[in-house]
Amino acid sequence: MPYPTDLKYTKDHEWVRVSGDTAAVGITDYAQQQLGDVVFVELPDVGSTVTAGESFGSIESVKAVSELFAPLTGEVVEVNPHLKDHPETVNSEPYNTWMVRIRLSSPAASESLLDAAAYEALVKE
Amino acid sequence: MVPFAGWDMPVEYSGISAEHMAVRTRAGLFDVSHMGQIEVAGKNAAAAVDRVVCSDASALKIGQVKYSGLLTPDGTFVDDVLVYRMAPSHFMFVANASNVKKDYAWISEQIKSVGDAAAVDSSSRYALLALQGPASREVLQPLTGVELSDIKPYWFANGEVANARATISRTGYSGEDGFEIFVPPNMAERVWQAVLESGRSAEVMPCGLGARDTLRLEAAMRLYGNDIDESTTVLEAGLDWTVAWHKTDFIGRDRLAEQRGAGVGRTLVGLEMIDRGIARHGYPLMQQDRPIGVVTSGTQTPFLKKAIAMAYAPIELAAPGTEIDVDIRGRASKARVVPLPFYKRSRK
Repeated sequence: MPYPTDLKYTKDHEWVRVSGDTAAVGITDYAQQQLGDVVFVELPDVGSTVTAGESFGSIESVKAVSELFAPLTGEVVEVNPHLKDHPETVNSEPYNTWMVRIRLSSPAASESLLDAAAYEALVKE
Repeated sequence: MVPFAGWDMPVEYSGISAEHMAVRTRAGLFDVSHMGQIEVAGKNAAAAVDRVVCSDASALKIGQVKYSGLLTPDGTFVDDVLVYRMAPSHFMFVANASNVKKDYAWISEQIKSVGDAAAVDSSSRYALLALQGPASREVLQPLTGVELSDIKPYWFANGEVANARATISRTGYSGEDGFEIFVPPNMAERVWQAVLESGRSAEVMPCGLGARDTLRLEAAMRLYGNDIDESTTVLEAGLDWTVAWHKTDFIGRDRLAEQRGAGVGRTLVGLEMIDRGIARHGYPLMQQDRPIGVVTSGTQTPFLKKAIAMAYAPIELAAPGTEIDVDIRGRASKARVVPLPFYKRSRK
């Protein structure tokens, strides 16, 4: 699967779609392949604050449970309601399955994230 | 691929859920060549095997297989094994990969006192393929002259598969009908390809360690190192049915008889999660902030679509219907005790 160029990425295999002062966050195709069949996604409540680099939730596959790390700092303004009943969309459509939307405390901080080429290089290391 | 007891093993080929469902509804093919084989032969082989296992080896007919515990003097598990009777004075153990060396040393030492029997680690002579699932017989039959419907569950026959010398055993680790096929290692790839080819219309899938684990857990088959080990007795593990109490002398018998008289303090139970989350190996069972037991295996099952687990629980909390908290990464999550196995296939 290609690495969509309109997204930003982290070394923890999250993707970020920034629009204005909010950012949608999901996990990359590479991440879902490593996890295998996803069965639960544990997300924070709307209104809570997440901090760049810190855990904001967890994702559990049949194989294992992994933490989700916030790519940027801000307030959670929306949580994907479909993930509760359809966590498998993380596997089938990783780049269309956002987990949370964050109102960024510093929209400029997204500049420091990886672009598609840099992320692709990281995965291929 | 992951390292497993010195072998590189695939966790999954096309996804654990898809492979799991293939075995429940059609068939799946596993390479389980990592499993070890130890053979015991000699005039006193039956007596020697009877000394080291808790089931009745002497009562096995030629061609019959029995699941059994290889026990310590404490009645705990050195390993759990399948015992095959190949000939009147020739038995074969199929053992867990990580235990083969330990088992071989243990068996060799313990049968000395019986005399006229010797053990050999013959693991390198066999590759082992497991074809599991309701379509297994129709997929395998075109590849062999052995009439498969004549092999009953937990029996085996010698013959060929895809022109390779083979021992065909109607056994497995999935809770489904199926066959385990012992072939010479240099024939394994040919047989693997032939089975997949024969299974093309039935959509037989290659399956990895991941599905092997979720399948065996639904069927509540114990996994050495998770559910049983040298600290758990046969009775605690709920495997009383493997014990041939009429045998007056086998290693572990005295302690097991004592424990049977006194009753076990803890027992392996089935759990179904009520709250969200998977209770995984090592997670504690809690009662008012106090650990009272431990989860030994847990997963979200692709077929039953529930989070299930096996755990050692105090006997007073072991009755089906009892609610128990599991500490899932710091959060008390409710589970309910349910009867084992979680899944039992319907027999025609």
